[in-house]
Amino acid sequence: MLSPLDHLARQLARLPGIGPRSARRMVLHMLKKREGVMYPLIDSMTRAAEQVKECTTCGNLGGSDPCELCTDRTRDPTLLCVVESVADLWAMERARVFRGRYHVLGGTLSALDGVRPADLRIDKLLTRANDAGVKEVILALNATVEGQTTAHYLAERLVPIGVSVTRLAHGLPVGGELDHLDDGTLAAALLARRQAG
Amino acid sequence: MGAFKLHAPTASNAPAALAIGKLSLFSFRNYTEVRIHCDAAPIVLVGANGGGKTNLLEAISLLAPGRGLRRALLADLQNRTLSSEPWGVAADLDTPDGPLVIGTGRAPCSEGTQDHRLVHINGQPARSANALAEPIALTWITPEMDRLVGEGATARRKFLDRLVYSFDPAHGARVRRYDKAMRERLRLLREGRAEAVWLAGLESDMAQTAVAIAAARLHMIRHLRTVLAESDDPFPRPLIAARGTAEDQLTDHPALQVEDTLRAAFARARSDDAQHGTCAVGAHRSDLRITHRAKNCPAESCSTGEQKALLIALMLAYVRLLTIQRDMAPLFLLDDIAAHLDSCRRAALFDALRALGCQAWLTGTDQDDFAALAPYAQFFRVTDGQVTLL
Repeated sequence: MLSPLDHLARQLARLPGIGPRSARRMVLHMLKKREGVMYPLIDSMTRAAEQVKECTTCGNLGGSDPCELCTDRTRDPTLLCVVESVADLWAMERARVFRGRYHVLGGTLSALDGVRPADLRIDKLLTRANDAGVKEVILALNATVEGQTTAHYLAERLVPIGVSVTRLAHGLPVGGELDHLDDGTLAAALLARRQAG
Repeated sequence: MGAFKLHAPTASNAPAALAIGKLSLFSFRNYTEVRIHCDAAPIVLVGANGGGKTNLLEAISLLAPGRGLRRALLADLQNRTLSSEPWGVAADLDTPDGPLVIGTGRAPCSEGTQDHRLVHINGQPARSANALAEPIALTWITPEMDRLVGEGATARRKFLDRLVYSFDPAHGARVRRYDKAMRERLRLLREGRAEAVWLAGLESDMAQTAVAIAAARLHMIRHLRTVLAESDDPFPRPLIAARGTAEDQLTDHPALQVEDTLRAAFARARSDDAQHGTCAVGAHRSDLRITHRAKNCPAESCSTGEQKALLIALMLAYVRLLTIQRDMAPLFLLDDIAAHLDSCRRAALFDALRALGCQAWLTGTDQDDFAALAPYAQFFRVTDGQVTLL
């Protein structure tokens, strides 16, 4: 029978990015500061577990359904940005450059991990692209095998609907130096070149 | 791989060499603890079989990224009598940029963590063993590589990819990406219920990556050929070529066209691949072809001695290429090198090693085989995990 302390440490160690050593440190820190850290954390976790919902429109997480982004009238409803996860949506929002709407797929296609088209929010995406006056779908997926395979799959399914399908450019990072780029990235940057003047 | 000018180093502009001055092994294979002080000159390790000569070379090979010359698991490197003490290898090196201290070893076991390797560079922990690629240049030739010529294409292709990786660290990631996409495609084909669009997406990724892999291989072959053409060592000169669907086409077609060809080939092969459970075409089918140039004879038809000589000629060219590119002669590990070489070729090899200016580490059972090196080399006897200066 595990002690409550070991049980908590083991639960924390199951979280992404947390190892057993970090988990034990967190437990000790919380127990040392029960009033200031532990009880407020319990309260926050309870409220998040009870109140945070998945938006049935876009798949984002928020306090309401539809979420704040889907109901924001200042956002352009003709632009739809497809991301793999809510973490990627947050990354896009941090950049503050996109003012359209989002669609969270909930993963990427992976035969090895058993993720098939039916496991992702693809049908919902096709419905949104068809119905909601969407003019452009931006595929903001990772440059991994799974991300690019999924982008290819989505493009093939979206083009017949008649929307413009684009994807994020691959190439020279901001502040990057050509001399330090690998050949593949340089080739991608060259292919994605733009008119300079 | 960045472009670089090829010119053979001459005596006056010979680059400095990377050289180990002190090597310490702890709890490593059959060594409980050993420390060797050595010169920059060639080092010869002699001793009976099973004494630990190859283990010592393996320890040195771990000063570079990767799994060393035997590609062993970290646990297999552990000394059995000191099983609770994680193994470690440390080296003080002289480099053209000054002294360098490298330490690497197995991380102490702790609950919930995977077996992993720690690396320290000048006393500072490195994020991963890949950090060793910048300060360290080393390569090796082992008896297992003798079979390269006669074995199937897979071993030769992996050998070529390893050579490319030393020059172009992104090559490893490309090969892994291609393999992953190929495994995904095979899984879908085996299950037999994949949508064609999904397969096409994977095949598109495979085609793009295969072309990048083939281009890097061809780049390496071109440079090796240039160095081999300038070589004046007495070993038979190998004619080398990377052959494969992408490699063959890239020589006279644009990369984008080759990608399209590969995509079409993958699509055509779907039903056969599903039936056989393999991918019939692609970067994983390429081969490194080696031919005895003077005899115009495929290496696999040559004698064992000739095959060994061809391999040595190729590796000498590779060390020259590394020297030119890094502006520093690499560490060169030659395990059981005297086997299959007559006295003339042994002498030629020793002359070539001296001319390269690299710190070579050679092993053998008979000290007399290395007599020609006696005036220049340091000799150590290796017996049951003990190393003694002769």
